[in-house]
Amino acid sequence: MNQLATAFSIAAAYLREKKLATALNVLLLGLGVGTIIALVLLLAQAEDRMERDSAGIDLVIGAKGSPMQIILSSIFQVDIPTGNILAADAAPIISSPMVKRAVPLALGDSYKGFRIVGTSKDYLHLYQGKVAGGRLWEKPLEAVLGADAARGTGLGVGAEFVGTHGLAEGGGSEHGDHPYIVVGVLASSGTVMDRLILTDLTSVWELHEHTSPPAMASAPSTPAKQNTAKDVNHQHGDKPGNKHDHAHDAKPTPAGKVDDHEHGEDKKREVTAYLIQYATPLAAVSFPRAVNASSAMQAASPALESARLFQLVGVGVTALKGFAVVMMVCAGLGIFIGLMNALDERRADLALLRVLGASPTVVVLSTLLQGAILGILGVILGLIIGHVTADWIGQTYAASQRLAIGGRIWITQEWSIIGGALLLALVASLMPAWRAYRDATPELLAAR
Amino acid sequence: MDTLVFMEDVTCRYGGNASARPRIALPNINVTRGNHTLLLGPSGSGKTTLINCIAGLQVVQSGRIEVAGADMVSMSIRNRDQLRGTMIGMVMQRLHLISAMTIRANLQLAQRLASRRVDNPLIERLTEALGIVDKLDRFPHQLSQGESQRAAIARALVNKPALLLADEPTSALDDKNCSAAISLLLDQAESHGATLIVATHDDRIKSRFANIVLLGAA
Repeated sequence: MNQLATAFSIAAAYLREKKLATALNVLLLGLGVGTIIALVLLLAQAEDRMERDSAGIDLVIGAKGSPMQIILSSIFQVDIPTGNILAADAAPIISSPMVKRAVPLALGDSYKGFRIVGTSKDYLHLYQGKVAGGRLWEKPLEAVLGADAARGTGLGVGAEFVGTHGLAEGGGSEHGDHPYIVVGVLASSGTVMDRLILTDLTSVWELHEHTSPPAMASAPSTPAKQNTAKDVNHQHGDKPGNKHDHAHDAKPTPAGKVDDHEHGEDKKREVTAYLIQYATPLAAVSFPRAVNASSAMQAASPALESARLFQLVGVGVTALKGFAVVMMVCAGLGIFIGLMNALDERRADLALLRVLGASPTVVVLSTLLQGAILGILGVILGLIIGHVTADWIGQTYAASQRLAIGGRIWITQEWSIIGGALLLALVASLMPAWRAYRDATPELLAAR
Repeated sequence: MDTLVFMEDVTCRYGGNASARPRIALPNINVTRGNHTLLLGPSGSGKTTLINCIAGLQVVQSGRIEVAGADMVSMSIRNRDQLRGTMIGMVMQRLHLISAMTIRANLQLAQRLASRRVDNPLIERLTEALGIVDKLDRFPHQLSQGESQRAAIARALVNKPALLLADEPTSALDDKNCSAAISLLLDQAESHGATLIVATHDDRIKSRFANIVLLGAA
């Protein structure tokens, strides 16, 4: 212990003497570690969040278009939908015995950047949603806020708000005559639901019956979108806010499926997507094919699309990780070269240490500790850089905000990055330490 | 009299341990406690080799070396390092203070390497006596040659050694400073109860020693 303390005091003195070289080595290592940590943090959180958001959803049925866009817009709520589909067209498909549960989604409006989602109460079951205050909706134009949405909008139970067309903040025109009333706030679930304003499916339908042009979703035209602009307004002739005496809240049938509207007008009603839970794993083979056979509908598998997304993103991530590893290796080389050069300058010092009674262990330790100290400082700097960068990205970019990504978490992968960086610094100082051991002979004093 | 350093029939490789180097036979010496000794000889006569042998820094081919009764030849490296740290103080020709450390840290390091507790009051008393107490927090490059020499002497004495070895301590000094340096070494050795052995080719100082061992050219 005494030897370690002595070696540490020598190592610290040497590093202090070469402040600039020390700072540059620490900075280089810190940047390498920081880059990798930021990437790992962002990726792990995105993966985790996407996994949680898509848990329990086997398939999404949406309008014809990009399957990835369907997944991103319907599950993760980070993209615009491909369009809408007629609920009547979807009814026979979702009534299939292969379907255990079909949760409808109607998108198109938002409030202060938070999406208003018309759905059934089954949506809450998907994410184990619990009411933190108030109650769930019972009738149209009653809304329940996710935890983040409540915080972000500043609304509480009893408050009224008016949704706007479009999914982006500060979107299109307002549904001024049809204010929603907040009847409940959900507890945080750590899922996409936290950032949503949920209401009954019929709320969205009703609202768009009385506004023009309605564009439930600000999606571009797709084959299915041909239906959207005007058809989305099914003309009930009801007054705004009027109660419908039929099952507008899309209550699940005893089989757990959505009860479709039976009268003629209902056949024109649209939804953006259905989130499907299979009744049997075998459904994965034939059900998507059956959906895609329909001219207006597209099946998208969350598992497949998420994997494809990470494959696409993975190329960039791998390149960035490679760059960060190169930076770390450069830092290792910097430590190695710095220590070797310093040894040349300090050969007499090493001999002197032996003269003063230092054992070879102290001489070797003092060199190894220089590498270790640089490694530790580099890792500390890297952790700060990595977490602050991840936090900054999480707060700056809208997509990151929607995925609730940040830097204030710790993931187990960080331990291996820390271990790798420390090992690198230690390996970089092994050869200098060996040379210090070999060179630390008192003859040097006479030679100089 | 109590023998402090005893050397008999010692041979080793001149200037180091490589087998290609010439073998040298060192003179027999017997230094008793308090009997300050001068090893006088021209360059290449093996003075530094002899000093290194006494300090246990030189691999010996044959012969006997004892310091305070301890057999330096058969002793393990670890024990030799320990004995050197605690019982022997060395002042080298080039002063060799560690440039990355202040004078205080240099002295503290010497204490730590001897497995002693850092004794700041002792360090201050010692440097006070040597007139460099105000330089304790300076780095070696901020000191004059004379101040550096005093700092090196302070370091050699900081562990209260029984034996003080000095290798060519005056070779680079003019007459005035040469005399002052030897006086300082002798005074400090006396006041700390250490026995001084000086190896030099500088015969200006031989009048200061009663016990002189002459070494021939290699």
